[in-house]
Amino acid sequence: MATNNFTLHIATENGSGSQSANNILVKSLFRLGLKVSGKNLFPSNIQGLPTWFTIRVNPDGFLSNSLNYNIILSLNPVTFAKDIAKTKPGSVFIYNDSFKFDKTLLNSEALNIAVPFTELAREASDSAKLRKLLINIIYVGVLSELIGLDFKTVEAVIGDQFKSKPSVAPPNIKAFRIGVQYAKEHLSSIKSNFDFKVKAITGGNDGKILIDGNTATSLGLVYGGCNFMSWYPITPSSSIAEGFDFYAKQLRVNKDAQNNFAVVQAEDEISALSMVLGSGWAGGRAVTCTSGPGLSLMSEAAGYSYFAEIPAVIWDVQRGGPSTGLPTRTQQSDVLFAAHLSHGDTEHVLLLPANPKECFEFAQTCFDLAERLQTLIIVLSDLDLGMNFWCTDELKPLEQKFDRGKVLNSQALNERGEFNRYKDLDGDSIPYRTLPGTEHKQAAYFTRGTGHDESAQYSESPEVYEHTLDRLKLKYETAKKYVPKPLVQQNDKIKTGLIAYGSTDSCIQEAQSLLQAQNISTNYLRVRALPFTDEVLDYLQKNDRIYLIEQNRDAQLKQLLLNKYPQFYDKVHSVLNYNGQSISAEFVTKKILSIEGGLS
Amino acid sequence: MSESKNVNAFGLTKKDYLGAKTTLCTGCGHNSITAVLTNALFLSQINPYKVAKVSGIGCSSKTPAYFLNSSHSFNSMHGRMAPVATGAKITNKDLYTLGISGDGDTASIGIGGFIHLIRRNLPMLYVIENNGVYGLTKGQFSATADKGSKIKSGDKSPFETIDLCSMALDLGCGFVARSFSGDNKQLTQILLAAMKHKGTAVIDIISPCVTYANNEGSTKSFTYVKEHLSPLHQIGLVEPSEDIKVDYNEGETTQVKMPDGSTLTLKKIKKGHDVFNREETIKTLIETRDSGQILTGIFYINENQKNVLDHLNLSDTPLAHLPTDQMQPDPKHLTEILKGFK
Repeated sequence: MATNNFTLHIATENGSGSQSANNILVKSLFRLGLKVSGKNLFPSNIQGLPTWFTIRVNPDGFLSNSLNYNIILSLNPVTFAKDIAKTKPGSVFIYNDSFKFDKTLLNSEALNIAVPFTELAREASDSAKLRKLLINIIYVGVLSELIGLDFKTVEAVIGDQFKSKPSVAPPNIKAFRIGVQYAKEHLSSIKSNFDFKVKAITGGNDGKILIDGNTATSLGLVYGGCNFMSWYPITPSSSIAEGFDFYAKQLRVNKDAQNNFAVVQAEDEISALSMVLGSGWAGGRAVTCTSGPGLSLMSEAAGYSYFAEIPAVIWDVQRGGPSTGLPTRTQQSDVLFAAHLSHGDTEHVLLLPANPKECFEFAQTCFDLAERLQTLIIVLSDLDLGMNFWCTDELKPLEQKFDRGKVLNSQALNERGEFNRYKDLDGDSIPYRTLPGTEHKQAAYFTRGTGHDESAQYSESPEVYEHTLDRLKLKYETAKKYVPKPLVQQNDKIKTGLIAYGSTDSCIQEAQSLLQAQNISTNYLRVRALPFTDEVLDYLQKNDRIYLIEQNRDAQLKQLLLNKYPQFYDKVHSVLNYNGQSISAEFVTKKILSIEGGLS
Repeated sequence: MSESKNVNAFGLTKKDYLGAKTTLCTGCGHNSITAVLTNALFLSQINPYKVAKVSGIGCSSKTPAYFLNSSHSFNSMHGRMAPVATGAKITNKDLYTLGISGDGDTASIGIGGFIHLIRRNLPMLYVIENNGVYGLTKGQFSATADKGSKIKSGDKSPFETIDLCSMALDLGCGFVARSFSGDNKQLTQILLAAMKHKGTAVIDIISPCVTYANNEGSTKSFTYVKEHLSPLHQIGLVEPSEDIKVDYNEGETTQVKMPDGSTLTLKKIKKGHDVFNREETIKTLIETRDSGQILTGIFYINENQKNVLDHLNLSDTPLAHLPTDQMQPDPKHLTEILKGFK
């Protein structure tokens, strides 16, 4: 018996309405107190192409991708053979009995369950269009009965799901009950031997929420004081802008019903970041969200932000690249590009959130960093983190005050008597700025992307130019004081260390436990930002063997790390997942074991 | 008394509206525009501290350094004046946004930004200093070069010219005008009118490039450049030229001898032109262009349009100056929202 420990894999067509059904399943499991995740593997298409949804329930909270599917539900005749191939001895294969196919294809070592979904849908509705949608809710019913999901919980979730369209709820509840009833009548003998069961845990998810990273980001931006968002639609980042607009309309409206924010859908990503620069220059807490192709177009303004020292934030939800790549698949492959985004000598501060809670946190602190350091901050999320369901701690707004950085108003200018836009007065390489509109004779300065001296005057002087570049490099050093530090789990007796970042974190704990079962104990450091801080160096020194786990082909973070610390070249090994599917603990473990085997 | 006459509404003298010394070629039309613009700003009711000068890249985009030192300026990237101005204006709607761009900056690399800025109707003055040539990269065609005109290599521009005024009219721009850099009187009038407009005001200013412009029939000029100025690429010698000035009446035409020896025929829009009739204006513009003349004047005004700030329903306090409590909602609302995620 695998109580509260299984992976359910559902094959459907996109645009068929299965998303709602899958959401209902995930949410019901969550409400019953189980640790659950839901990952949607979808095509870059609106209707009719194969899509898979994977729900993982795990008592230890290991919720990253698992390719070991216990229950496979196949409702898509096109992928039928592929789905059968995913079965293993002991797995359950539920399929639509109406499909005409060669029954010998079925894996005889799996538990194969035929359900007449098409006929059951006829019971549910007279409308052919509605039947197509309701078939999904019918499978929710069948599955609920088999795994033992509490019906009342599921029906409550269905009610919530269709809250905005109350007339839709009753036919869905009816369809759900048809599925349950069928399973009760025809699958009771199977149910009694069914391996994969759900047992509710009272209070199991107290203090937790089920949320995707993009929604958490939107909420973070609302609470982080973002007042300007410019964006160009691109998967998988669009839901951040739409979410920000949605929540800001509720939470950032003043007593006169006016908006304390602006959202502008730009004509392209070049304009999107240029608008952000205009806003940051004028005193806005401004952000744009995008993905790889958009990031490419933003490189021009990224360099401007760095060189002219204008606060700006790019929230990049990474997908498979290069070029259009895999628009609906996940990767961590913009790291190297983002770190140096622009022509010329450029280094950017990067933030690497690993879960929705951190998306929420960084969506607030990114503006503090941008305004404090007067530069571009690039946050690297990814599709897995941004668009899938994650079980995470309840979000709590940060209590710290906003850091608006070194801005001089007219009173401060009076006190100082002198203002030089790019002069380092505090020894931290961060100069002072004024905002346009400041009514003071000394306030104005000329912002330019060309060579400039401390007073922002045009300069081609070799000394001045070199000085500017050197100061910007020192400013990047200053950034170490402000960026989030890595999270380190270090036992000095253990000499093997893992390093990961971003959504890859979700599989590490499980991988550590799998490695432990093979007598390999590991330390773990999760990088949360660039520049690397001293803790990273310390970790590299303390561990004899390091595995840097990331989701790209070229070991991008490893390149950045070894560029900074080349002395550790021999001890850092890569574990790389780059097939577009989110990384699994099984994969990491297998890779590490094979390297360990070769080394010992 | 004479003292007070030299001081404007903000207690500032004309000197306060000056900037750094120009680094453009002597006789450049852009310098004339800068002078007229400086004067118009002095005469206007605009607080110079509240002006945000924004530009792109090119000879024209350098000019914000040459006037109004007391205002902030953002000399941005090539073709990005429009989006940068958009971000700045929306963030601080109290700023008077003055955009300076050129024909390369607007009609080629920045045409997307130009179009969408007008679509949004961002309140600003959008000045195009139009010489039909890429000056700063030494004389390539721009998209506003007349079809058939020649560049220094002797090649004729084979493509149709882009008329930015016609385009602005088509996009529904609520203030469209054209003038000539040497027509102080007309340009001043147009600028002062444009500064009162509540949306995007586009002014296309024909501004001769004394160094690289070579229009149709300018074989003389081509020879001249070849014989006299071709070393320019090596030694940077630019022959000083006289400023070109014109003064003519409404409905009349005037011939302007360009530095390269070619002739430009300007036609001032007739008295009584209905500036509220968009269709007629578009027709007149096309007819004038087809007859080989360049129409100048205020073409079209529409003050009954909503602008992007209206649509965004922005708070009275500019976003840049919102107090923290207007930027950070009460945590209790989040608790309420998160119930939907359980």
